[in-house]
Amino acid sequence: MVPPVSGMVRPRLVAVCLTLTAGTFAAFCWLLSVGDYPITLPEVVQALAGYGDPGNIVVVRELRLPRAAAGLLVGLAFGISGALFQTMARNPMASPDVIGLIQGSGTAVVASIMLGWTGGLATQTIGLAGALATALIVYLLAWKRGTTGYRIILVGIGVSWMCTSATDYLIARGGQFQAQAAVGWLVGNLNGRDWDQVLPLALACVVLIPAALLLGRLLRTLQLGDDVAAGLGTPVQLTRFAIMLTGVGLIAFGTAAGGPIAFVALSAPQIAQRLAGTAWPPTLASGLTGALVVLVSDVVAARLIPEAELPVGIVTGVLGAPVLLWLLIRANRAGSGG
Amino acid sequence: METARLTRYKGLGPALLVVGLGASLVVLCVLSLALGALNVPIDQVVQALFGTPADRTVENVIWSVRVPRTLLGLTAGVALGLSGALMQALTRNPLADPGLLGVTAGASFAIVGSVALLGIGSLLGFIWFALAGALIASVVVYLLAGLGRSGLTPVKLALAGIAVTSLLFSITHAIVLVDPEALNRYRFWSAGSLAGQTGDVVAQILPFVIAGTVLALACAPALNSLALGDDVAASLGRKVGLIRVQGVIAIMLLTGAAVAVIGPVVFIGLVVPHVARVLAQQAGLGPDHRWLLPLSAALAPCLLLTADILGRMLARPAEVQAGILIAFIGGPFFIALVRRRRLAEI
Repeated sequence: MVPPVSGMVRPRLVAVCLTLTAGTFAAFCWLLSVGDYPITLPEVVQALAGYGDPGNIVVVRELRLPRAAAGLLVGLAFGISGALFQTMARNPMASPDVIGLIQGSGTAVVASIMLGWTGGLATQTIGLAGALATALIVYLLAWKRGTTGYRIILVGIGVSWMCTSATDYLIARGGQFQAQAAVGWLVGNLNGRDWDQVLPLALACVVLIPAALLLGRLLRTLQLGDDVAAGLGTPVQLTRFAIMLTGVGLIAFGTAAGGPIAFVALSAPQIAQRLAGTAWPPTLASGLTGALVVLVSDVVAARLIPEAELPVGIVTGVLGAPVLLWLLIRANRAGSGG
Repeated sequence: METARLTRYKGLGPALLVVGLGASLVVLCVLSLALGALNVPIDQVVQALFGTPADRTVENVIWSVRVPRTLLGLTAGVALGLSGALMQALTRNPLADPGLLGVTAGASFAIVGSVALLGIGSLLGFIWFALAGALIASVVVYLLAGLGRSGLTPVKLALAGIAVTSLLFSITHAIVLVDPEALNRYRFWSAGSLAGQTGDVVAQILPFVIAGTVLALACAPALNSLALGDDVAASLGRKVGLIRVQGVIAIMLLTGAAVAVIGPVVFIGLVVPHVARVLAQQAGLGPDHRWLLPLSAALAPCLLLTADILGRMLARPAEVQAGILIAFIGGPFFIALVRRRRLAEI
């Protein structure tokens, strides 16, 4: 027997999630169809399913799928992680961009570029290690008979500025060529991904995204303040630790695979919140928004100047910013304006 | 007994604070004049400043290098400290830094653009571009945040700032990736330093900083009402929209002028108001902006000069940029502050 359960269905949120899913799938197929050897959209879908022209199947599944999958997963990971952090801190500026994980990862990678350790999976491993180490340092420094979301954010800001400065110092001291490589990585880039780089991220997503969705429920009570949440029976410290762990994991693996793609973790939850008309960033919709923004940006980056191979991070800022601005301006009630 | 001690403390606290901060500023200025690649004894510094110096080299170093540099540190420090405190009060967000209005991004974009598109090479040339970029970007942010029927809210201001910042940084990065000369200018500017500026540069930004300081201090009393929320402030007879315009103009002038010359070291503006709040509390003053603003304006140059002096001492005869040391002095200090107490929230 299933005990009686109750819940709330938000038709607008469901509709937004479905639309975003459809949009993300369309952008995913679009990204698979563009390139030096254009393939039509129906052929892409056929090739994905394993039918049709063998040449198409090779191009789509072997050559283009890793990049598209990386874009999809990085977007999902950044969006969901951003939603977790922003809800936890009750502050729209509290994205993982702000609390130092991305900067820590950046410092580690730039240092490795300056030292010339760039072969194989070195950059990815170092980026992952940098993000995780920074997260550990932030959490430990913020720990004092428990943590508060606010303290984690503030400590994170301090650490992030130190990392940014270290990165700036390394870039200013390094040679021209190395500085260029460093900036190239810091912008966020999906060019030339292969399965070796996508697989760790995919495994992390399989574990962490369901965890994030489950945690989203507990997060709602945490948003009422620690005392109220404890009164409602939420294990406050444990929940916060689990949220940190999930959010950090998603960001760390995402950054390792795609670099610190600008703006996604911060803007996707805010865009999703305004689309869905909710009072907090909806977890799943944030992830889908993130994926959509990254995939569309990558199509634009690939199509705009085909020879230049623009990094996707340049386009996410240019595309995401007007969307966020438009949503801000369009909001017609003080409540939905934020 | 308890009351008596409290009143005594209340009278003494602010006086101690003013004397302490004044003394540290004077000491730091003297050290900033004396220390560097060539260490000058204090008596010779005084001689070179006020009397007839024995040594031409010493006089030259003091007047053409150290004095402009120290003045720049004071000017830029005051500007960044004030604008940081003002920004946190206006947005009612303790995470806000003076770069939030898009000032840093605007200046970065203007510097990179002027090097890549117009081929501007001289330092004085791109200071004006950086200043213009900073001002234009912050006006755009302010106007965008005020559009829409709900009008301007602190969250909308923050988000509009973030959006415009990331838009401009994206374009900046795109230019930097294809133009090596622009990358070179950009990476040295963005590390943040007081070095290599002449007295002319200080004289050029001084009017902006003075105007910004006057505007900022003038809105300090109103900020206390604004901290209670827009509605309460309005019912207390404050013109909320007007205060906000005044504050934002002050932030633009102050941050724009400082960032254009010394680089994006807006972290000062984030840390210093938190320290000022703690000090004000210790002195029994409470979160009163009539104290917080001047305190931030005095603390920020202390931090900037300390970082600059340390930068000269650490890697002699070369230097570590002040912007980098600020993060490494201010960062741990900030973290210790966060750990020590429940930060006084706005």
